[in-house]
Amino acid sequence: MSLFLFIPLAAVFTEALRKGFETYIAALVEPDALSAIKLTLIAAAISLPLNLVFGVAAAWAIAKFEFKGKSILITLIDLPFAVSPVIAGLIYVLIFGLQGWFGEWLIDHDLKVIFAIPGIVLATIFVTFPFIARELIPLMQAQGKEEEEAGLVLGASGWQILWHITLPNIKWGLLYGVILTNARAMGEFGAVSVVSGHIRGLTNTMPLHVEILYNEYNYAAAFAVASLLAFLALITLGLKSYIEWQSGRSAKASEKASDE
Amino acid sequence: MASHKQKNVLPGFNLSLGYTLLYLSLIVLIPLAAAFIKTTEFTLAEFWHVVTTPRVIASYKLTFGAAFLAAVINAFFGLLTAWVLTRYTFPGKKLVDALVDLPFALPTAVAGIALTAVYSANGWLGSILEPNGIKVAFTPLGVVVALTFIGLPFVVRTVQPVLEDLEAETEEAAASLGANRWQTFRRVILPALWPALLTGFALAFARAIGEYGSVIFIAGNMPMVSEITPLIIITKLEQYDYTGATAVAVVMLVISFLLLLSINGLQWWSSRRNSVSR
Repeated sequence: MSLFLFIPLAAVFTEALRKGFETYIAALVEPDALSAIKLTLIAAAISLPLNLVFGVAAAWAIAKFEFKGKSILITLIDLPFAVSPVIAGLIYVLIFGLQGWFGEWLIDHDLKVIFAIPGIVLATIFVTFPFIARELIPLMQAQGKEEEEAGLVLGASGWQILWHITLPNIKWGLLYGVILTNARAMGEFGAVSVVSGHIRGLTNTMPLHVEILYNEYNYAAAFAVASLLAFLALITLGLKSYIEWQSGRSAKASEKASDE
Repeated sequence: MASHKQKNVLPGFNLSLGYTLLYLSLIVLIPLAAAFIKTTEFTLAEFWHVVTTPRVIASYKLTFGAAFLAAVINAFFGLLTAWVLTRYTFPGKKLVDALVDLPFALPTAVAGIALTAVYSANGWLGSILEPNGIKVAFTPLGVVVALTFIGLPFVVRTVQPVLEDLEAETEEAAASLGANRWQTFRRVILPALWPALLTGFALAFARAIGEYGSVIFIAGNMPMVSEITPLIIITKLEQYDYTGATAVAVVMLVISFLLLLSINGLQWWSSRRNSVSR
């Protein structure tokens, strides 16, 4: 089973280095590749904080309060997970595209969303929407709200409670959600492919750059860029294991503390 | 005196819920509604005609058939993997445990070209399989392989925690009462595992239906044979047939919603079962 998982990973690195190390480096420092790397980083850097704030807000509302329609809200937060990435791209084309709702208004004001960076960012936000919230909701529900109430009694303000009590308690879950979101944001292909327009050097993200090179039969370069993304995936897995180990340790430590 | 009903004293409810609803509406709900509104440009007959042309029907069959098959394979091997990871210790177990999440962390386009390289005629596995008459790359079988790859973590990660909670003593008790291994599995383990396994199956299935990146490289994308539904949407978009693309998308959306509802139903069912048994 692990062979089934490991072989494709090994193939990426072998194919990338097949034509030697120099070709490998050349494929990565080429201007189009560099601009693709930059755009990928920009998209992730914008969508990550937005989804982070949303995730904390949603988890706070859902975990600390009781209200009607809560389970519907949780289902709606899960929605982007069940929607095909292609459809995620399509819906933004319908709104901001040339024939879309705001299409004419955008042209009149000389703004571009589709086939430009804002569209790519929107699509990235959509596909990574649920990750942080999904990670935090069960965690915060399990932790209850006694500590926050104690803070309130001692005179802390809402923001102080959030900053000094809640966030330290959920830091590992939060970090885990951030890492998952980041991995998905940098690697998203389907949704971004619909809204990007594939303009080289301008609206090409790394996964799209891989596709273009691959379709041009430039396999060595395609796998070279792909190996960077695969490397990112490995870092993600490494961090994830580290977080699980750390949070396991802190859980044990607090168990021990409560035993004593 | 007012009633002594316990009141929640924590601040920030209106702010956090309001922000959640606003953000959710802007990013998810309104854009999705746009898809449904767009299809009203069609009459019902036109809509039906677009979503039932032979080429589109063939793509549904491939997408749902391959996704179903991949989810079944994953349910089996995912259960096996979770079993090995919870019940046995062996060198490199941590590494395998981490590797299970690889399909989730690896960008789909990378997974797509990597799988194609491995399973094509001169690839590592393709060069072994193809002389034996098994063609994987550029056939519907390739679609199943890609969807199995991306769906595996979902089954393992939903089943694993339940297996960890199930104590080995229960199985040993069953064995000491004279049950053979198969009976233990079928009568003791499977009933407890059933909701989690179904949830994992449904998650893998839902993910596989919408998958695009990893499939298009390995599928070959021949109309009627190895063309998946998301690709049909892309093709229609490239021909500026926005209404047609949206019509097919709405069909997929409705099916995804139904799947999501059943997943949530399953989770509700399993949490109820757990709380009853405790």
